Amino acid sequence: MKLRTLTLGLLSASALAFAAHAESITIATVNNGDMVRMQKLTDDFTSKNPDIQLNWVTLEENVLRERVTTDIATKGGQYDVMTIGTYEVPIWAKQSWLLPLDKLGDDYDAKDIIPAIAGGLSVDGKLYAAPFYGESSFVMYRKDLMEKAGLTMPDAPTWDFIKQAAEKMTDRANGVNGVCLRGKAGWGENMAFLTAMSNSFGARWFDENWKPQFDQPEWKNTLQFYVDLMKAAGPEGASSNGFNENLALFQQGKCGMWIDATVAASFVSDPKASTVADKVGYALAPDNGLGKRGNWLWAWSLAIPAGTQKADAAQKFVSWATSKGYAELVASKEGWANAPPGTRTSLYANPEYQKAAPFAKMTLDSINAADPTHPTVKPVPYVGVQFVAIPEFQGLGTTVGQLFSAALAGQSSVDDALKQAQDAATAAMTEGGYIQ
Amino acid sequence: MARAVTTQHKTIATAAAWIVALLIFFPILYTIITSFKSEQEAIQGFALIPSGTIESYSEVQAQSGYFKFFLNSVLLSVGSTILALLVAIPAAWSMAFSPTKRTKDILMWMLSTKMMPAVAVLFPIYLIFRDSGLLDSRAGLMVMLMLINLPIVVWMLYTYFREIPGEILEAARMDGASLWNEIVYVLTPMAVPGIASTMLLNIILAWNEAFWTIRLTTTEAAPLTAFISSFSSPQGLFWAKLSAASTLAIAPILIMGWFSQKQLVRGLTFGAVK
Repeated sequence: MKLRTLTLGLLSASALAFAAHAESITIATVNNGDMVRMQKLTDDFTSKNPDIQLNWVTLEENVLRERVTTDIATKGGQYDVMTIGTYEVPIWAKQSWLLPLDKLGDDYDAKDIIPAIAGGLSVDGKLYAAPFYGESSFVMYRKDLMEKAGLTMPDAPTWDFIKQAAEKMTDRANGVNGVCLRGKAGWGENMAFLTAMSNSFGARWFDENWKPQFDQPEWKNTLQFYVDLMKAAGPEGASSNGFNENLALFQQGKCGMWIDATVAASFVSDPKASTVADKVGYALAPDNGLGKRGNWLWAWSLAIPAGTQKADAAQKFVSWATSKGYAELVASKEGWANAPPGTRTSLYANPEYQKAAPFAKMTLDSINAADPTHPTVKPVPYVGVQFVAIPEFQGLGTTVGQLFSAALAGQSSVDDALKQAQDAATAAMTEGGYIQ
Repeated sequence: MARAVTTQHKTIATAAAWIVALLIFFPILYTIITSFKSEQEAIQGFALIPSGTIESYSEVQAQSGYFKFFLNSVLLSVGSTILALLVAIPAAWSMAFSPTKRTKDILMWMLSTKMMPAVAVLFPIYLIFRDSGLLDSRAGLMVMLMLINLPIVVWMLYTYFREIPGEILEAARMDGASLWNEIVYVLTPMAVPGIASTMLLNIILAWNEAFWTIRLTTTEAAPLTAFISSFSSPQGLFWAKLSAASTLAIAPILIMGWFSQKQLVRGLTFGAVK
């Protein structure tokens, strides 16, 4: 009896002590507009959850990936919530590195998450990361230059139309390039664009038996078309242009068209940053009549590492940050145009959001047009539209990106670049045990 | 005539020195210039005259607290330097004044550890830190910084100590000085310039160390290197903000270097001129 009283007393005392002691969770994130905005709005979360304190660690994207991988692989437990992309989620979930998100609350409405995005973040039907913002890619173009060229951009253009328009819009004497595309080497830079583009040409990284496919005509068509297009209508030094460089060029009125992330729409249409804000039109990413478009799918998402000691508090935070309520909170403070895009169907049904974001419908259509499990025309053994969700891809993607960037710069021929890419991919796949 | 040539040589030498100095300093100067540009200006290409806006500084200040990172940088660089000196002075003393056949080999071996890429030992070190609960702790990082800079500190001190005639120490010993007294009252005062410059250099090295300070910290112990790296953005323009953050991070060490440049130069050339 005495022992039981004592135990009960101790237990309740420790429960009280636990309640009084605020739990702090550490969130690792990247530095982009939406994430910075979320850090400013956390008072809303802490006022609703006074027992949870938030610590933020903001890192450069590649450093974040390395830090988070080190921590998660060693079960270091430094982070309770981490920001990762659609590339990592399937790989890490299969390794049991992430906790399934099954306690997001009754009012979370997980069914509202855009199906294409939810599919990319789930393994065996379980959600392993909650999308914070999602994006696809589409064509942004200058309506005035298109008119001057005597052309009308269809809602769903073909690559041939893009080529024709780019050549007509190019006016290098006045600093106008018909089209700006990524050329900077990197698996998340030029290879994101080129892999997505290759899908619309019917190319694939690997066949069903993991045999690399760079020796096939589809890849040759893709890369030759890209290099020719950029030679005829691209900016100077395109092989060092990534997202940020092209954004600056477009904002300064130096690009007729730019095919890149849908999230760029809010930057190019912002009159404070863009000299062409009122002249931008949007269209779906181009196709070649093969049934697939050249657009990608990406979502920065919040996941909880298996090593955390504070899973419940972490789930509460993830639920708050990716809820419908969060979008409403952003809208009330900073307007609907700033609500994190690309994650929830309900946002796109909201008339106020449609009014504030003229690119809303095109963004949703683009996201819906991407299918991570069937990215290209022929069947593939991997998941991912603009990447291949295997651990080897970061290294291999960057190697191939360097080869293709060199082809764009004219340092090697298209055929040489493809041959070397085939060799590099074969070596990586053999080493990884995918092929003999 | 000879005089004229000398003056001419002097002018050429001075001009050359200025050019080299400007070349070396230019990246820092351009970072400072860029930090006073708007994001749009920063990406527009080469321009030496900024518009003079301080919006990047106010954004950097609003986004994360500079002072906490600064304090960590000071604690880590000074703390690790003091630790390193405590270990290195006796080590350098023994190697300089009672060398054995293997002293040179030991010195070379110590230096060879600096040739290993840091990332090669990331996992073992990370696991050791995890298991001893040292991740994101200032104490752990101080020890780490001390260890990686130790070879250089020992080498520098060894070179300075070698310049001090062993006879003076012998004389002290003959007068009955204990080992402790010998190091504290005879050796250290004579080696002050050397120790001071080693200390300054080590503080700079520890301040700039960006591999371990980013990888072994999260929030509590994160110094200015982590502060800078948080301003690089995957989407959106960030050059001006990154430059402002870098300028804020290097300013203290730049000022310290400016004030102590005499000691630094004297210390660095101390062993070489003889």
